Amino acid sequence: MTVQRLSRTDMARRAAQDIPDGSYVNLGIGLPTLVANFVPEDREVIYHSENGILGVGPAPAPGEEDPELINAGKEPVTLLPGGAYFHHTDSFMIMRGGHLDISVLGAFQVGANGDLANWATDDEHYPPAVGGAMDLAVGARRILVLTTHTTARGEPKLLERCTYPLTAAGVVDRVYTDLAVLDVTPAGLLVRELVDGLTGDGLQELTGAPLRFADDLRVLAPAGSA
Amino acid sequence: MLDKRVPSLASAVAGVRDGATVLIGGFGNSGVPVELTHALLEQGARDLTVVTNNAGSGDTDVAALLRERRVRKIVCSYPRSKGSIWFEELYRARDIELELVPQGTLSERMRCAGAGLGGFFTPAGADSLLAAGKEVRVIGGRRHVFEEPLRGDVALIKADRADRWGNLTYHSAARNFGPTMAAAAALTVVQVRQFVELGELDPEVVVTPGVFVDRVVRIEPGGAR
Repeated sequence: MTVQRLSRTDMARRAAQDIPDGSYVNLGIGLPTLVANFVPEDREVIYHSENGILGVGPAPAPGEEDPELINAGKEPVTLLPGGAYFHHTDSFMIMRGGHLDISVLGAFQVGANGDLANWATDDEHYPPAVGGAMDLAVGARRILVLTTHTTARGEPKLLERCTYPLTAAGVVDRVYTDLAVLDVTPAGLLVRELVDGLTGDGLQELTGAPLRFADDLRVLAPAGSA
Repeated sequence: MLDKRVPSLASAVAGVRDGATVLIGGFGNSGVPVELTHALLEQGARDLTVVTNNAGSGDTDVAALLRERRVRKIVCSYPRSKGSIWFEELYRARDIELELVPQGTLSERMRCAGAGLGGFFTPAGADSLLAAGKEVRVIGGRRHVFEEPLRGDVALIKADRADRWGNLTYHSAARNFGPTMAAAAALTVVQVRQFVELGELDPEVVVTPGVFVDRVVRIEPGGAR
């Protein structure tokens, strides 16, 4: 059986299932932004954008864009009824001060100890950029990471310890990859869900830290196949 | 009589000196004081330290200051935006100094300057390379890094409406760094879409009180002057 690797969309869809009704959530730029598309419709979730918005709504219809109303990825968005604007210092009070329930972030690397590296690599020709990642990583109550299990070159992104510069130490709670869902526990990485067609040993080979497997290990299935 | 309105972009940026630290509002292309930035380019000040979230993209505003080699140092959180070609070129040639600051720390450092505070301890970045050489203290069981206030000689910001006392309202997410920068600079210059009479702005919705503002210039719809 071939490995039923999840697409980017299915990774976002899986993470979206874990966003509870009534939560305040910040979605990082790139893949995490897609999560909003898949939160079940019977849940009311308030999205925060670091540039001073609570109650971020979907993309506007073509021609309806307000050039000042953008998200952290600089894409046009809308404001939901009940939404609010505020300035940057207040916005980062919300982020750093523990007022967000969930932050969904991308990662270059995650350590088995919950360390997160998502702002700089070892490529010196490329200017480093940090944005709001460090404030979110230390401030949100729960940090979810959405990332492919390995790099494009097949190197593991989940490691015993990160080798890239840290964003924050010991902050990651859960990781959603294209192969598995893993919790960061005091005893290291615990696999909760695994795709079909891959054995535990197979996942371990693609991971740079020792894995434990949950007693109730479940199948991580692409949309529509469950 | 107190009247902070000025008649032209040239008069709005008059007196900015070589070597000045200039705070420039905006996040991506939202809330960027494009016309004021171009007026600063025309005014000619050089050797500037520019404090702004991104490093400009394309060929306008902050990117234009970079292109014309007016900026000695940039203090920002995210210089890697799409189209930041001028920053990237200067960075590779080592022709510009970059001070990278986490976005919340950037904002809070300016808030401290405006609030008369001597700095603050934050957990953001305390475990990162950005804490190198700074004081780290464990507070409540968690590592925090000490960050100093960040003051501007000048702030250039974009608001929506102003009265002659300099009270400001903003449009949607364009306010971003504006209110914080307005308080953090010795000279705060604001471009607005519209002037209104004293009393026309609902005092319940004024975002930046005029005490933080020194000069206000109106931008004609559709362009400068």
